[in-house]
Amino acid sequence: MDISISMTVNGKAVAATLDPRTLLVQLLREHLRLTGTHVGCDTGQCGACTVHVNGRAVKSCNVLAAQVQGAKVVTIEGIAADGELHPMQAAFRDHHGLQCGFCTPGIVMNAIDLVKQHPNPSEETVRAGLEGNFCRCTGYHNIVKAVLAGAAAMRR
Amino acid sequence: MDAPLIGKSVKRKEDYRFLTGGGRFTDDVTAPGQAHAFFLRSPHAHARIRSMDLERARSAPGVVAVFSGDDLAQAKVGGLPCGWLITGVDGKPMKEPPYPPLAQGKVRYVGDRVAVVIADTLNQAKDAAELIEVDYEVLPAVVKAAGARAPGAPVVHDMAPDNTCYVWALGDKGAVEAAFKSAHHVTTLEFINNRLIPNAIEPRAAVASYSAGDDAYTLYVTSQNPHVERLLMTAFVLGLPEHKVRVIAPDVGGGFGSKIYLYGEEVVLTWASRRINRPVKWTAERIESFQSDAHGRDHVTKAELALDKSGKFLAMRVTTTANMGAYLSTFASCIPTILYATLLAGQYTTPAIYCEVTAVFTHTAPVDAYRGAGRPEATYVVERLVETAARELGIDRAEIRRRNFIKAFPYQTPVALCYDTGDYDATLTDALKLADVAGFDARRKEAEKRGKLRGLGLSTYIEACGIAPSNVAGALGARAGLYEAGEVRVHPTGTVTVFTGSHAHGQGHETTFAQVVADRLGLPIENVDIVHGDTGRILFGMGTYGSRSIAVGGTAIVKALDKIVAKGKKIAAHLLEAAETDIEYDRGTFKVAGTDKKKSVAEVAFAAYVPHNYPLDKLEPGLNESAFYDPANFTFPAGSHICEVEIDPATGHTRIVNFTAVDDFGKVINPMIVEGQVHGGLAQGIGQALLEGCVYDPQSGQLLTATYMDYAMPRADDLPSFKVGTRETPCTHNPLGVKGCGEAGAIGAPAAVINAVVDALAPLGVRDVEMPATPERVWRAIQSAKSKK
Repeated sequence: MDISISMTVNGKAVAATLDPRTLLVQLLREHLRLTGTHVGCDTGQCGACTVHVNGRAVKSCNVLAAQVQGAKVVTIEGIAADGELHPMQAAFRDHHGLQCGFCTPGIVMNAIDLVKQHPNPSEETVRAGLEGNFCRCTGYHNIVKAVLAGAAAMRR
Repeated sequence: MDAPLIGKSVKRKEDYRFLTGGGRFTDDVTAPGQAHAFFLRSPHAHARIRSMDLERARSAPGVVAVFSGDDLAQAKVGGLPCGWLITGVDGKPMKEPPYPPLAQGKVRYVGDRVAVVIADTLNQAKDAAELIEVDYEVLPAVVKAAGARAPGAPVVHDMAPDNTCYVWALGDKGAVEAAFKSAHHVTTLEFINNRLIPNAIEPRAAVASYSAGDDAYTLYVTSQNPHVERLLMTAFVLGLPEHKVRVIAPDVGGGFGSKIYLYGEEVVLTWASRRINRPVKWTAERIESFQSDAHGRDHVTKAELALDKSGKFLAMRVTTTANMGAYLSTFASCIPTILYATLLAGQYTTPAIYCEVTAVFTHTAPVDAYRGAGRPEATYVVERLVETAARELGIDRAEIRRRNFIKAFPYQTPVALCYDTGDYDATLTDALKLADVAGFDARRKEAEKRGKLRGLGLSTYIEACGIAPSNVAGALGARAGLYEAGEVRVHPTGTVTVFTGSHAHGQGHETTFAQVVADRLGLPIENVDIVHGDTGRILFGMGTYGSRSIAVGGTAIVKALDKIVAKGKKIAAHLLEAAETDIEYDRGTFKVAGTDKKKSVAEVAFAAYVPHNYPLDKLEPGLNESAFYDPANFTFPAGSHICEVEIDPATGHTRIVNFTAVDDFGKVINPMIVEGQVHGGLAQGIGQALLEGCVYDPQSGQLLTATYMDYAMPRADDLPSFKVGTRETPCTHNPLGVKGCGEAGAIGAPAAVINAVVDALAPLGVRDVEMPATPERVWRAIQSAKSKK
């Protein structure tokens, strides 16, 4: 019944034997104990579970673990280098782009991909690009500021 | 000594862990050997449970146990209590129907808990739940407040055959009626304050463990107030010794009120953890959050304002029906009464106010406090009336407010509250300037050229934070105290751990409270850590709700700091060989007056813990102090919100083009965090006004807005960037001069938005638009106005 899969997660090789219905987010949270990736809904709307799969932002609650066989997966735990925050993480701190912190990992991961697609985004582009992530705390005001600042820092 | 930390936008201490995936939320907790719980919920709004067959589920693979309401009843598990007793106009107590953690005999709303299945894995629990056969006799349901008392309406609880929980009133009815008789003008509005679903992005969750060796329980739970949770659960529901239960609310992913309450799930888990002698975990799916988190608002109101020729308010009369849902949630009863009618004076000198509130039961999820809790509803009543009256009398909307503003403090309102301080004219003036209201007419004309309808709306709100004092609240029906506790532990090397009964779930207390402490003790902020959310570490607490944390919880910490300084002076006097009365204290330094002899907090702390040179005959060693603080009064934040919208008449779509908020929160500790709180509140207020609305099907009682595809949450591209400003009129009765800022945005915004929408449509003859002002509603309002012309 169980299936065997392998992939890289945050640069480390991972192999697991899983119930085939295991979602990527379940693999990350329950098997690998990478609990920074969160689940906020069950319909692919809230974006709290966003991670990178082969460099693109993906909602990990909408992907079976089996579908990412052989892929490179990066989670919020994997973007700071040697304790130094990624420029997008630093921008969220500097601009108070988070409050309760629950949606934050997903938004940061989406924002990094957004800036890769749009290196110099306008406020409108950022707001449209965050359409797939809910934040109930910040009203998005400071998240938008943080993403714009993060984009500028990533250009440097 | 560095510059003061109070008033500085210090970056948040908690951010590093949240930004690196290091947050520890309840669902991140895994207890060794934990089983998983799944709750079977009612698919019907109202049904009698004829029978339930649990045997197939009990023998399904991996199943550890299955429990129903009958199992809980047999074990003498009690019902969930309500924390506030309202006494009706008839002098009788409100109706308090039993609220069993799992349904007994009947289900009363879609999502009502019917049974719990506990299994080795969550999938096994879910699979087994499908094997439970419940024979329901489906009964007719009533879901709307408006029809709940109609003759022949389906009855929710036999003990309340007219579905009435209470009829309650506040104010001088006779004086109001006399004023209406002599009024020059009366403005009347009828409206619905739409029902909302709080939607913290972290779903509710719990992990319960039982340790047979010491007969003790540990419950991790998504709670805003773990001590209250423990008190209610042990004293009223499970009958457990309070000291044998440790409740931990770790990082909590937003609350907005919905995580204040004691819910059936955590009670069942705690009880079951002992029955199965194994830890058990439950995390809500989002549909369960929609169905079973306590909802907010849901009022039907008729409101009238009597004015004289000059636009002076003479009296206000308000009649409200408030939907309680199927059961009384923890603080449900005080929201549409104590936290609503008392706010109807707003910022104005209206001399006579009468408000009558009828609370009804319906076949819907329980309704309780949601960000603002009564105060947004009150503000909506007052500010829609005021703006409509201004239009009807042809008086400028800012001017009519200025003519009625309270200017002298303290001010006793006719609805029980006594405002200590404020400067309403100043916040309004600031807001008008920041929003460039002077330039609005030109912007409106320019929009017209583009075929758009532009409107501007004001809302000048009052808020009451930190319900207090406890004895007054008790006289009004509160069944709990309303103080807060804090403890300051200065370690031997001069670093500090602070234990607070307040709970942070986004508010940034770990930073704000640390600023206060570091400032008072002259320490770097890195040397101060704030601990919250654990009954095993914190002496007591009432938790966080009603924007009370800094005003009540912060003050408790200041009171404890005062004791630290008082003891420190004694120690310093000994060390410096001076009289205690000669010791002066200033932010970290104990000094002999008029000399350069001094000791730092760290030196004093070291002496306290290594008491070799120490007055042991007069003073205990150690430097650890705690305090409880029970405020003398509420605090009264107030502000002016201005919304500017543009409406596309072809589609009815409303776009917010400017939103300005100038608020008076008293002294601000961390402006960055305070602005963030305002932004978030505004988003929820704008959400209520334009997007969000909970819909139950009136026939079947099904929840139609039970996913994010059906319930319109504000997204980044629905909102503008905000312009915010603050004024500081310090609170007069707490040492920090603080008032609270958590709910202001959600309180002021809805009326400002709808006032702006109506302003845009007023030239067409539109007088009101119901919330949420969706494109369809706005479009219909436009068409209906056109057809009348």
